[in-house]
Amino acid sequence: MTNEWTDACAIDDIDEEDVIAFEHDGHEYALYRTEDDRFFATDGLCTHEQVSLADGLVMGTIIECPKHNGRFDITTGQTKGGPVCEHLKTYETQVRDGRLFIRTG
Amino acid sequence: MVIIGSGEAGGCAAVAIRDAGWTGPVTVIGEERHLPYERPPLSKAAITGDDPPEPKLSVEARRFGECDITHTSGSRVSHIDRDSKQVHIEDGGVIAYEKLLLATGAQARPLAVEGGEYALTLRSQEDVWALRRFFQKGRHIIIIGGGLIGLELAASANRLGARVTVIESQDRLLARGVPEEIAGRMLETHQQQGNRFRLAASVEKVTRTSVWLKTGERIDGDVVVAAVGAQPDIALASAAELPVSNGVLTDAALRTADPDIFACGDCAATVHPLFSPSPRRLESWQVARDQGSLAGRNMVLSPQDQEAVPWFWSDQFDWQLQVAGFPDLGETVVKRQLDEETALHFFLSGDGTLVGAAAFGPMRLLAKDLRISQRLIAGQVKPDLSQLAAADRRLKTLLAA
Repeated sequence: MTNEWTDACAIDDIDEEDVIAFEHDGHEYALYRTEDDRFFATDGLCTHEQVSLADGLVMGTIIECPKHNGRFDITTGQTKGGPVCEHLKTYETQVRDGRLFIRTG
Repeated sequence: MVIIGSGEAGGCAAVAIRDAGWTGPVTVIGEERHLPYERPPLSKAAITGDDPPEPKLSVEARRFGECDITHTSGSRVSHIDRDSKQVHIEDGGVIAYEKLLLATGAQARPLAVEGGEYALTLRSQEDVWALRRFFQKGRHIIIIGGGLIGLELAASANRLGARVTVIESQDRLLARGVPEEIAGRMLETHQQQGNRFRLAASVEKVTRTSVWLKTGERIDGDVVVAAVGAQPDIALASAAELPVSNGVLTDAALRTADPDIFACGDCAATVHPLFSPSPRRLESWQVARDQGSLAGRNMVLSPQDQEAVPWFWSDQFDWQLQVAGFPDLGETVVKRQLDEETALHFFLSGDGTLVGAAAFGPMRLLAKDLRISQRLIAGQVKPDLSQLAAADRRLKTLLAA
């Protein structure tokens, strides 16, 4: 288990108002970019049925699970409706020289 | 506030009643012995999983305690007395209501041929236990009915190493609700995995292990499963002289003809303001959730019409079918090619309004675009057809337009 900043991707790997998956140390993360170029990171799998959130739709700061519409606020990990009740874990992010770093662990 | 039925819709309604600010008693009367649980896995993971399945309670059911919702399980309503506004339970109990919700759901339609009672069906957690005894490697499973449940069971049986024959009376699969070209792709997918199909085949009679077709041919297997659709539980509504057709009839705010009685989910035929003035009954987990939440809210607050665009999915092998809106209302079809094999089909009405979208393929390819389509349908947009078809342009840009 690390507790350090991990270089996750180039910021342009993520479209505006979208999400990609990132794997590190056997753990899947979801990395988000908002329309106004803020970056967030959460656990990558929906807390309902462990579906990859990277295939879901981001609207504003809400991610919708692609499978059953579970919704989370990407800035806090809080559930926002649908069949989910467990919040998502969030991770700190930092942008340096066009790269996105997340605090893993 | 009283809810008859403790399925997905009933559970959502109970919690929505509380969320709408109602502080009086809320009672959910259920025939099953479980709290509301998720039915979608019953044809899939609950069949193929290694462990004997436990019901997965819905997120709303898990809130019943904190919301002070009374749930009576194993409880059958004998009749509704609309004059005195009371629900009579078979064990003799009587529950008074201010507002009543019928969320009675649907039952697996029995197979109406000689020996039909021998065929297994799927609706409840308990049905899964019976099916699991037969869905095993090397067995031959005969499934009557090429609808969603039949095909999901066929995929699950195949996964377990069983041989599968699906018998469908029509000359194509999924005639109700899934466009023909997509149903054709699903048929190919099943055939590539080794499942066999007998289309346009009428069943004469069945036994526990065999099916006779009207042509005289006999198909032998280890078990016969009937997946010939669901019929809404409308007996209570009918007996209470509420208007029913294929479902308890409601307006767009889910009210029946009695202003104190609402209906929603699988048992209800409702008016949807976006699509058609004639009531439609939908069998969909998401619709049950959306309508349940709205009905609960409308029982407490000033009623609002339903707005949510219907949506359903089906998982088969590694692929997923997703359908949003009402493809059958479309007169024009536009295809957006997501990869060589997978296309998202858009359906537009006569005046160019987007009314439906459907795709079958890997979930990662289609999920985002389907969700955007659902929003476009809700917005009643009349999109430029070339933009819909242009897979190299983000569909999301149409939302802003």
